Amino acid sequence: MNPLELARARPGEAFTVTFDGRPVTALPGQTVAAALWAAGVTAWRSTRGAGRPRGVFCGIGVCFDCLVTVNGRANQRACLIPVHPGDVIRTQEGTGR
Amino acid sequence: MTERAHLAVVGAGPAGLAGALAAADRGVRVTLVDAAEQAGGQFYRQPARALGARRPEALHHQWRTWERLRDGVDRHIAAGRITHLTDHHVWCVERKPGRAEHGQDPIVAPESGSFTVHALRGSAQEEGVAVRADAVLLATGGYERVLPFPGWTLPGVVTAGGAQAMLKGGLVLPGRTVVVAGTGPLLLPVATGLAAAGARVAALVESADPRALLRRAPAFAAEPGKLAEGAWYAGKLLRHGVRTLSRHIVVEAHGTDRLEAVTIATVDRSGRIRPGSARRIPCDTLAVGHGMLPHTDLAETLGCTLSEADRTAVRVDDEQRTDVPEVWAAGETTGIGGAALARAEGHIAGRSIAARLCGTAPDPRSWAAAARARTRLRTFFTALEAAYAPPAGWVERLTDDTVVCRCEEVTAGAVRTAAGSLGACDLRTVKLLTRAGMGWCQGRMCAPAVAGLTGCPLTAGRRPFARPVPLGVLAGLPDD
Ligand SMILES: Cc1cc2nc3c(=O)[nH]c(=O)nc-3n(C[C@H](O)[C@H](O)[C@H](O)COP(=O)(O)OP(=O)(O)OC[C@H]3O[C@@H](n4cnc5c(N)ncnc54)[C@H](O)[C@@H]3O)c2cc1C
Ligand code: FES
Repeated sequence: MNPLELARARPGEAFTVTFDGRPVTALPGQTVAAALWAAGVTAWRSTRGAGRPRGVFCGIGVCFDCLVTVNGRANQRACLIPVHPGDVIRTQEGTGR
Repeated sequence: MTERAHLAVVGAGPAGLAGALAAADRGVRVTLVDAAEQAGGQFYRQPARALGARRPEALHHQWRTWERLRDGVDRHIAAGRITHLTDHHVWCVERKPGRAEHGQDPIVAPESGSFTVHALRGSAQEEGVAVRADAVLLATGGYERVLPFPGWTLPGVVTAGGAQAMLKGGLVLPGRTVVVAGTGPLLLPVATGLAAAGARVAALVESADPRALLRRAPAFAAEPGKLAEGAWYAGKLLRHGVRTLSRHIVVEAHGTDRLEAVTIATVDRSGRIRPGSARRIPCDTLAVGHGMLPHTDLAETLGCTLSEADRTAVRVDDEQRTDVPEVWAAGETTGIGGAALARAEGHIAGRSIAARLCGTAPDPRSWAAAARARTRLRTFFTALEAAYAPPAGWVERLTDDTVVCRCEEVTAGAVRTAAGSLGACDLRTVKLLTRAGMGWCQGRMCAPAVAGLTGCPLTAGRRPFARPVPLGVLAGLPDD
């Protein structure tokens, strides 16, 4: 069983995005974080101070731990923004600027 | 009622939906503003439409109640009485001072339409939108409290509710082997949800002592529906073969770049780890939570008083009115108590609003059933909160090098120094000395830990805005 089967989901057609240059398959409707989780990726940011990896923590837009760079724009909350075909997702280093 | 009577509801969870429904049923025009793509809030979070879930109820509890709420709201939307603004992130609610307050004309009541709800539209959150209203219902819910421990910043460590939210909304799992840990009733739906969706839940680690629950049995017995819910989850856990360990805590999360295992141990009543009880469980995910905290930022910017008992929830009267005229609050923003309580409070608020906007005093007898439910559920949750208090001794177990403020990477040692040799005795001073709470999340994540470490009271954060706002949006506001 997986979540899609459990909810008997018939998602729209899957598409490809890239994460740090490698192709990742995503489903329409998913957030960037959900697409990365589905691809087995759990970290996409390194902290400003110690350079430690981070990913989703609160999952609802409160903690800002999941910041990521999408199509050149830094500081996007991966748990909130929807993923789009062709998105170029990059690990955000520090403040991303 | 005048044609213009117009209510803005912030939050489309159980509280906001019940409030919008009750008010619209009585002729009030409602604008429902919520950050999510669909109504439902946390409890009734829906899978994204494009995922085409034909059986979303498989991830939910009390689906029938949801259907009733949703259908009711949909009917009003179709009739034009409710407007639902999805994907709108409210960063501030502004109240134009009434003329009476300016002292110019003490007889004239504050003008109608005296609130402006400022939101950022869309996921990019760069476009400002303003909604004018005569009254506001704040139903912004709450967020999870996680107390720090070594390793809690590793990828793979997520909040229990966050794992649940990602599962319900995106139909994804954080990993294959999960430990669900912490304390509180939320851990039950999270563990059962993850297990049903195919994760191996290696253990549910609850720090509370079952005897603490038993001692409060009379309070719980008064709420048979809730007991049945608990039993239902327990049965599910059993069926999925999930081990439940009580009086256990996660001592440490291990891994270099991501979570690989956790160490759990038994604690005695004073919070000491029982010698020899530590055990390592390999896992790629830890879903952890220690209860919830109310979202109060919008209420605070409006000047609403927070409750005296704990300074973290919005204070309301029997009608769910805050102490700011024409501002109501319902659901977990007024104190944590689950979806049923949120619905009851929303219902009462909606009825009160409809009457008050009409200029009449509402008759509390008309919501007697909801008021009884509210009283019962509040009593129930007060007992629950006492039984599921964070584990004793968590502060002492926090090593000096553990990061406490995740945004600014401030360690427990730095916070201890600020409170010790530097003498800081409130959260603001600790923040100025250490930067704990100064980052992106504005202290939402670290405030409970900083309060625990320093002995400072946990006060709400006094954030200027509920969300970060682009300067362009601020610059574009009309000045009146
Ligand atoms: C992540 C998470 C998951 C949870 N999952 C469960 C569960 O599975 N089972 C369970 O029994 N309980 C769960 N809970 C507990 C849950 O909070 C309550 O049971 C219930 O949903 C509370 O209802 P509410 O209406 O008060 O608030 P909520 O349901 O939290 O609704 C609040 C709404 O306000 C919106 N909002 C908040 N701030 C803003 C803003 N500034 N601008 C615009 N919109 C805003 C949010 O998007 C949300 O839709 C969860 C809590 C959290 C934090
Ligand atoms: S995970 Fe907390 S903001 Fe995205």
